[in-house]
Amino acid sequence: MPSLGNILALGLKELRVLRADPVMVLLLLYTFTLAVYSVSTGVKMEVRNAAIAVVDEDHSELSRALRAALLPPQFRPPVAIEAGAVAPALDSGRFVFVLQVPPRFEADLLARRPTELALDIDATAMSMAGNGSAYIQQIVQQEVEARIGGAALPVDLVTRTRFNPNSTPEWFAAVMQVVNSIMILSIILPGAALLREREHGTLEHLLAMPVTPLEILLAKVAANALVIVGAALLSLLLVVQGLLGVPLAGSLPLFVLGTLLFQVSIAALGILLATTTASTGQFGLLALPLLILLMLLSGSMTPLESMPPWLQQALQVSPAVQFVGFAQAVLYRGAGLRIVAPQLLALLLLGGLFLGVALFRLRRSLARVG
Amino acid sequence: MSVPPHAATLDRVTQRYGRVVALDAVSLQIPAGVMAGLVGPDGVGKSTLLALLAGVRRPQQGGLSALGEDLRDAAALERCRQRIAYMPQGLGRNLYPTLSVAENIAYFSRLFGQGAAERSARGAELMRATGLAPFADRPAGKLSGGMKQKLSLCCALVREPELLILDEPTTGVDPLSRRQFWALIGRLRARRPGMSVLVATAYMEEAERFDWLAALDAGRVIAEGSPEALKQRTGCATLEAAFVALLPPARRDGHAPVQAPPPAPRPPGEAPAIEAHGLTKRFGDFTAVDGVDLLIPRGEIFGFLGSNGCGKTTTMKMLTGLLPADAGEARVLGQRPGGGGDARQQVGYMSQAFSLYGELTVRQNLELHARLFHLPPRQAAARIAELLGDFELEGVADSAPEALPLGVRQRLQLAAALVHGPSLLILDEPTSGVDPVARDRFWNHLLRLSRQEGVTIFISTHFMNEAERCDRISLMHAGRVLAVGTPQAITAERGAATLEEAFIAHLEAAAGPALGEAEAPPPALRPPAPARPGFDPRRLLACAWRETLELLRDRIRIAFALLGPLLLMLAFGFGISFDVENLPYAVLDQDQTPESRSLLESFAGSRYFSERPPLRDLAEAEAQLRAGRIALAVEIPPGFGADLRRGTRPEVAVTLDGAMPFRAETARAYVTGLAQTWLRDRQAHSPLPRSETLLSIEPRFRYNQAFRSAVAIVPGIIMLMLMLIPAMVAAVGVVREKESGAIANFRATPVTPLEFLVGKQIPYAAVALASFVLLLLAARLVFDVPVRGSGLALAVGGVLYVLASTGFGLLISAFVRSQVAAIFAAAILSVVPGVNFSGLLVPTSAIAGAARAFGLAFPASWFQKISIGTMSKALGFAELWPNHLMLAGFAILFVGGAALAMPKQEA
Repeated sequence: MPSLGNILALGLKELRVLRADPVMVLLLLYTFTLAVYSVSTGVKMEVRNAAIAVVDEDHSELSRALRAALLPPQFRPPVAIEAGAVAPALDSGRFVFVLQVPPRFEADLLARRPTELALDIDATAMSMAGNGSAYIQQIVQQEVEARIGGAALPVDLVTRTRFNPNSTPEWFAAVMQVVNSIMILSIILPGAALLREREHGTLEHLLAMPVTPLEILLAKVAANALVIVGAALLSLLLVVQGLLGVPLAGSLPLFVLGTLLFQVSIAALGILLATTTASTGQFGLLALPLLILLMLLSGSMTPLESMPPWLQQALQVSPAVQFVGFAQAVLYRGAGLRIVAPQLLALLLLGGLFLGVALFRLRRSLARVG
Repeated sequence: MSVPPHAATLDRVTQRYGRVVALDAVSLQIPAGVMAGLVGPDGVGKSTLLALLAGVRRPQQGGLSALGEDLRDAAALERCRQRIAYMPQGLGRNLYPTLSVAENIAYFSRLFGQGAAERSARGAELMRATGLAPFADRPAGKLSGGMKQKLSLCCALVREPELLILDEPTTGVDPLSRRQFWALIGRLRARRPGMSVLVATAYMEEAERFDWLAALDAGRVIAEGSPEALKQRTGCATLEAAFVALLPPARRDGHAPVQAPPPAPRPPGEAPAIEAHGLTKRFGDFTAVDGVDLLIPRGEIFGFLGSNGCGKTTTMKMLTGLLPADAGEARVLGQRPGGGGDARQQVGYMSQAFSLYGELTVRQNLELHARLFHLPPRQAAARIAELLGDFELEGVADSAPEALPLGVRQRLQLAAALVHGPSLLILDEPTSGVDPVARDRFWNHLLRLSRQEGVTIFISTHFMNEAERCDRISLMHAGRVLAVGTPQAITAERGAATLEEAFIAHLEAAAGPALGEAEAPPPALRPPAPARPGFDPRRLLACAWRETLELLRDRIRIAFALLGPLLLMLAFGFGISFDVENLPYAVLDQDQTPESRSLLESFAGSRYFSERPPLRDLAEAEAQLRAGRIALAVEIPPGFGADLRRGTRPEVAVTLDGAMPFRAETARAYVTGLAQTWLRDRQAHSPLPRSETLLSIEPRFRYNQAFRSAVAIVPGIIMLMLMLIPAMVAAVGVVREKESGAIANFRATPVTPLEFLVGKQIPYAAVALASFVLLLLAARLVFDVPVRGSGLALAVGGVLYVLASTGFGLLISAFVRSQVAAIFAAAILSVVPGVNFSGLLVPTSAIAGAARAFGLAFPASWFQKISIGTMSKALGFAELWPNHLMLAGFAILFVGGAALAMPKQEA
């Protein structure tokens, strides 16, 4: 039976050691403040500042109105170019969209002659091409309808967006970055702590005392979980809600519970990785690709449904997938315990499994080191 | 050039590391043509002094010359690198462990520009002279400590130096190897009488044989002269006693000579403290401990004598239960170690290196021990106070151990091992590197524990005078115990004058006489050609050759460099997708007319949507959305069909899950498109008069008609991977030498920073290009993204780009010291601009201001244009050449910058 007193004593030691390590403290601060802020206000997968050019061969009031209707923040001010410059402009990536207004465009429409507009899209700019062309088409249709008049659709299609009514990208990115930061630190802190103890010989020193590997493992997981969950909570309240003004829909205690469960499995993974490597250098080389894999394939960057079905099935064993699903449900949609119970159960099972494997590997690796 | 009277002179040399003064106005004239020695414990400035003379450290203050050349002058320093050889501290620290003996020597020959014939002749001669010839193909990492030192010496001698600088060459080596090493040095000096040798050592016995000595303490020279002169001056019989006598009075304070009273008699029939039979431990095919028998009665001080790697530590770990034994049996205080009994409550263990928490204070470390041994709080506080007093630690109780001198830390470790009042102490080389005064103080503590408190002490050491203080000792070599008994009995049994000679006699008996070594004639070598100043392609190739061999033999690094990008590409390719498909949706059809069903059928038929069971009411729609089981709910109100027929614009409400905004926006666009298509189709089939579609917009998706994510993302992933991984691997390639100590070879030989760095870069760039080919194959075969434009433009761009990215890694390596820092710095510095500002996710045309400038100042954004241009846009050199020029510029800038930022001398 693990002794609670030993775990407490070791956990306290773990916290003191972490506090004395300026690099880790800096990493902790950076990932939960600056990284969250810069990522959520930086890269956007939504259509923002798209570069658009217009070939205006009509020079009419309508064509000028079309140009004026393409507005920030979705679009940069449209640039007028010549018809011959379309291909080079797209080749060089200067513009993502080129709208071509043919001669006599306004006159034809006024005369009720069916007319065509060409919209060239650089489809290698995936994040903008699809939604951006939909926006442009909508904007052009509305503008033409307003000025020339046209038949309204016989159906009134009303779309409402729940949980993020204006599709504000920061709401998504900020919370998901907190989730990613939790993931990064939960692998690196316990793994690096174990390796440091091994490199400094303190691990061996502990084991020469009446302390078991399980107690050491639990103390490490618990102490780091305490720090990371605390920091994540502060980051959510101060940076995400306070600084970025993102509303948090759900129950924070529920989120803390899920994060703690997630910690167990992911910290066990970090320790598992630390036991398979000989030095912190090797640990870094292995941890980095693993982190990228976990994050990319968690659903925190692009939705899980976009991945091939076999991959979606396989990814159910990833604690990151379960946790991202849980976090999105709780923090965005305000889901309660009943709705996220399956994810919590999965996290619990995965945590137990990973911890068991990590303990087994830790014992084995201790027996091998000379 | 005539031989100057002094091998080296120092004139008021002062060297500081931060606030620590390593050398304090040291003036010395080291005689030429003799064996000169620097003596003193760890941390007194010996290594700093040698490093300054070897030209690997930058002098801060004072005059410094060697072989008549002023070492502060750059050109003179370059000449000296040929004439001075330097062997840094640490067993084989400047060797390359995966390279064989012959390859290590060959590398140094190449560094000095020696041709193939000279190389092999010189290598063969050196290996024959040192007795390493039978092991020419053995990797340096698998040699014994003594053989490593011989190999290190070979590498130093390749250049035929006039001054040979050896920093603690025999620390941790067994006495026989030590004797062989000095015999070898003697033969070399006989062959070249003009050669000066300067040695630092912590072994006073060894220093007795030198011609001239300088004793150092706390950065100052406390005495110099011949060993005899020093002993005469102090009136001491041994050099060690003379050294203590020469120390300033304050440092000698509290020094009491160690006097070991005989052990108190024990009650008869008492069980022994330690008993072991046939204890054996194997690591792979290496037998570390081979059938060791031990019997240590209670109350005894038992010494374990042997060299590094002879199995002392492994035996101790088996006895503490840290390692399971492969064979044999042990009893510690009557219990099996590691058997889960409470023997650990009775044993105090002190490992070889300092193994307490440097981040906790002295007191906190002791408290942690007390808690882990479950001492009641009150008792613990009393015990800690007692220990702090006994071990003179009260003054430093609240400081961190890291800031304390080695001797004090060793006392702290002993105090920590005693917190729980154990009856057995297992101490693994507790006094290595500690100065003689502190060592004697430590021993007085041990004797008090043993004689007054009856604690059994099992201690390992490689100091002969410490072994002589033990009640009984065992001599250990290569995993076996050669002899056990009282020190006097072991000496007498072999008829030897000293314990050391007795040990050597045992070693020779165990190993047989050294093979063909003592008889080998001294090598007759021609003087090598002087190093070529400036750029020398042969030195560059030497670096490339050695780096290639090392890389090919390091499985983790080569796998990471070659396969890492491929693995990550698969993850990125599948993980980042803008193809929003199979969105789960559910309907609430309150109309149930042909019209409503026809609208809903168009949803069901679309590949973008995938239907879930219909909803009963609005509340269920809300619940399903909240649970994330559906991404959108479609609600058709009652009377929809009738309203549509009447033309009164019925409402269709679609509620989207906006948690993920990109998905929500895409879904909204799909729904709008779907509704328009449905209405158009309805009108086409309707008998009613059609309203004309006046304006149609034709979107033309260029370069990617099928609008697949892969076509856009895969070239970007190649851009990211060829930046990230080569930069990391190249940075680690340099920094690992800083960590291992092999960087000393760069500093102590004529190789220039540019030769060294470009030589290293070549293999990493080659591996990156191989990985580039793999990435292109995966793009074609897995993601169906072929190269549609000019393959040549892509290939040239790829070569320039990996030169830039490996160059970036080299640049980073100049500023970091540890591999972890190198990995994270390279990763963060290349991923941030690579992902955010280079056009991977957001087209560069949408980025403005500082972010745009940041992107342009990094090679990734330029290669992105080449990679997406040639792969997806079917372009060639005609459109892309400016990007190639920029990449070439980055490569030159990074490598040149790295060469400038990498000093030949350590600060």
